[in-house]
Order: sequence, then C-alpha cells, then structure tokens
Amino acid sequence: MLCVVGTVPTENFPLVEGEVKLIGDQLQIGTSTIAINRGTPALLAAAVKTADVLGQPSPYAYLVGDTGTGKGSRRLYVHLTEVLPQTSFQTITFHYLQPLIPWHKRLQNAIGAMTHRPRPIADAGYMYMAKMSGAAADYDLFTPDVGELAFLADEEAPHPFYTRGFILHEDNRVPDLITRAYKHRNAARYLLIKGEKDHLADASGILESIDSPMEEALEAIGGTGDTLTGLVSVLIDGGMAINEAAVAAMRTNRLAGRYARPTPATQVIDIIGHIPQAYRDLFGTG
Amino acid sequence: MALFDFFKGKKEQREVPSPGVQGESPASDDQGRGILVFENTSEVIRAETLLKGQGWEIRVMGPPPEIRQGCDLVIEFPLIEQLNILRTLEGEGLPPLKTVPVTSPLLQPVDIFQVKDFGGYLMVRAANMKLTVDKKTNNIVNVSGGGCPDVPYLAASMVGRTLADAPSPREIGHTLCGYALQLAYEEIKRQCYV
Repeated sequence: MLCVVGTVPTENFPLVEGEVKLIGDQLQIGTSTIAINRGTPALLAAAVKTADVLGQPSPYAYLVGDTGTGKGSRRLYVHLTEVLPQTSFQTITFHYLQPLIPWHKRLQNAIGAMTHRPRPIADAGYMYMAKMSGAAADYDLFTPDVGELAFLADEEAPHPFYTRGFILHEDNRVPDLITRAYKHRNAARYLLIKGEKDHLADASGILESIDSPMEEALEAIGGTGDTLTGLVSVLIDGGMAINEAAVAAMRTNRLAGRYARPTPATQVIDIIGHIPQAYRDLFGTG
Repeated sequence: MALFDFFKGKKEQREVPSPGVQGESPASDDQGRGILVFENTSEVIRAETLLKGQGWEIRVMGPPPEIRQGCDLVIEFPLIEQLNILRTLEGEGLPPLKTVPVTSPLLQPVDIFQVKDFGGYLMVRAANMKLTVDKKTNNIVNVSGGGCPDVPYLAASMVGRTLADAPSPREIGHTLCGYALQLAYEEIKRQCYV
C-alpha cells in the first residue's frame, strides 16, 4: 500500500491518518474533508484517481495542518516515529513538510525498524530535508523541478533559497546539474525532473526525456508537480519498475494537462479530473 | 532598509551570475561579526525590521552548518554592539535563542530572477518560487514551486486577488520559500507597475 505524508494549509487541521477518498471535489480522510488545491491535497487527489483507474487501493495518508510555522510538521514527525515501525507500507511518499534536520534521522530510524524496507520517495520540503541531511542516496526517487535540481546540484546550499547564482544559471544545462547532484551524493537513486521537458535520470545521466504534448502554461500552474508525484507514487506502489513508472507518469501528467486546455490561470483541480482519461488513452487500462 | 529593500537594490544585477562565492558580504571581511539565532523565520523578519529601523548595520543571511536546523535565516551584526542590540531586542520581547561569533562565510540569499511572458500573463521565478499574474488586471492567477508548508497557504491567500489587494508573503509567510515568493512578488510588482 502507498503511504503519503504531508500537510494541509490550515493551521487548525488536526493530525489525521487513514485511507483517503475523493468525494466530489473534496478529499476525505476519516471525518475530515480537505479542499483540493496545490500541495499534498493535489498529490493525493491525483493518487486517488490513478489508483482508481488501476484498481489499486486508495493511498493511506498521514496529514496535519501547517501553514509554515512548523508546529504541525513537528507533531507529525513525533507521531510517525512512533507508528511507522508497526506498519508495512510498500511505498512512502514524503511531501510538503517543514524541513527540520534533526527529525530526518529519527524518521530514517523509524523506517529502518519496519519489517520490510518501503520504497521511499521525497518531494518538496522533505526532499530538501533529505538533501540537507546528507541522506539523499537513501531514497529511491526525488521529483524536483529544474530550480530544485539546481539546489540539489549545489553542494553548499541547505535550501533552494541559497542556491548559488552560477548554478542557478545552469538551468538550461540539465545534464550538468544532474551530474553535479550525483557527484556530491545529493540525488536519489532516480530523479524525475519536472519542467518544460520532463526528464528521468540516474547516476549515469538522462535516461528518458518527454516533451510531448507541450503545454507551456503548465509551468505556471501550481500543483502540476504534485500531481506528477502522486501519479508516479501509485504506479511504483502498483509494482511497476521505477523507470517505467516515471515515464508513464510524465506522459500521463502532460496529456491530462493538454486535455484541460490550460492557460497560466488554470487551477490544478481542472487538470486532476483528466488524469483517468489520459491514463486510459495512453495505456488502455480500465 | 528592510531585507527586501536590500534585495531591491541587488535587482539591478538580475540575470547576471553572482560571483560563485557565497558569504562575500561587505561585512564578512570584518573580524568582529556575530550572528543572532532565532526560533523561526518570522522572528528573524521582525528583528530585522526593528534593528534596521534603529539604524543598526545588520544583514539577514543563511546560518553556518553547525547551527543549521533546516529552513532558517540568521541576522549578522557587529559583535561590538552585542549588548546594545540584545537590549533592544529584549526590550521588544524578541530575545534571540543565542548569539554566536561568525567563524566562516555565511550563505547569501538568491538574487536572480527569471521572467517569462506568456502574452496575457507574466510569470516571475525567484529561486524555487514562481508567481504569475494577469497583465491586464494584475490579478494573481497562480503560485507554483516551493516545498515548505506555507506555500499552499500563501497560494490560497493570494491567488484570485490583485497585486494591490493580496497580502504580501512577507506578512503571512514563515519560511524561506515564503521569502523567495516575496522576492518574486516584489519583482512582478516592479514589472507590472513600470
């Protein structure tokens, strides 16, 4: 089963865990409902839609409210260190969480205490924390955009906010950034790089690039990276090899974007609704 | 001069690669510099505003590795003024967690912007954050990128409002991603109001 760990942008949202359902245009977990917008809710909505197409169980989520103070993330970290060792998730995707370095090692220990090693995936704040902690190589997949790839490539930067200018300017030279990220052990086993062109890479360099269909507006739409992370997480959890899952996710996300006929003002929820059709049109499942 | 005014001054250099060495602040040549460490980024912003408002020569920088927590900023200050500065902060209920001498170069925040014109929309990227507005109405139509948990909150608070009406990330953000969005917000305002 896929586990997703993240936050909801409401300070008083309680710490909840459970299987996530999609009811109309809201997510439901236990008795709590969540509006679908960018961030972890967008990831989960895409994951629920994808799991539904594939006939897989809905993802199990650990969520907490956090608007950037880090209080919610801390509570969630405490909870996870207690409960994760008793779980048996196949895949765990960590998402929008406050990077708090001391907690990373504790969570790594909790995951290490699980009976079977899950496939760890990190995006957003948790990916920053994994890199800052020097533990990037422990992950199976990171899903950075090009700006975040520059951060991974900068061995000095503890956060994208501090990425050095001469590296930021290399964003048209993705292969160089990939090489640099792996050279300093700041990349996961695979990188799924989201951008105008999506790339799958590993330590040997770019394995696959997808640039079709091309919808320039998607770059401006908040949450399109989150949907891609949700897609790839479900596909990996379903047993697909990571490299195959990444390519399928990139193609599906781009096609769903095309179906939404996007402008830079389009909201991610308008794209999520097209994921099932895009997946079926590409792969015929369902 | 607040942090973002400082960045505004640096904007003249945008699209120009920085020298590649961080921490080469004018103050870093001095031996007697210290850093003030606070509980969170919001306190750093408040302290910065207070100290600069009183004319202290300080800079907001990245913390050295030995005290790094994750998503943080520190204030660099002249050590010789430590007692006065601490008195000022304590007087305003903003005592730092600790004060540490600077022993190695500090990280410098990003100062490069990338601008993309979609025709009817303009997008500005600062570090990992992107802000897009409708050029005709100045409505904020999207916020993307980032990874700290205030990003979805900032997006929910800003999208659908005009640049004039929306709260600034500085007012309601708490993290370095919020800072980066503030930079994009200031740059896009500069572009739209010119």
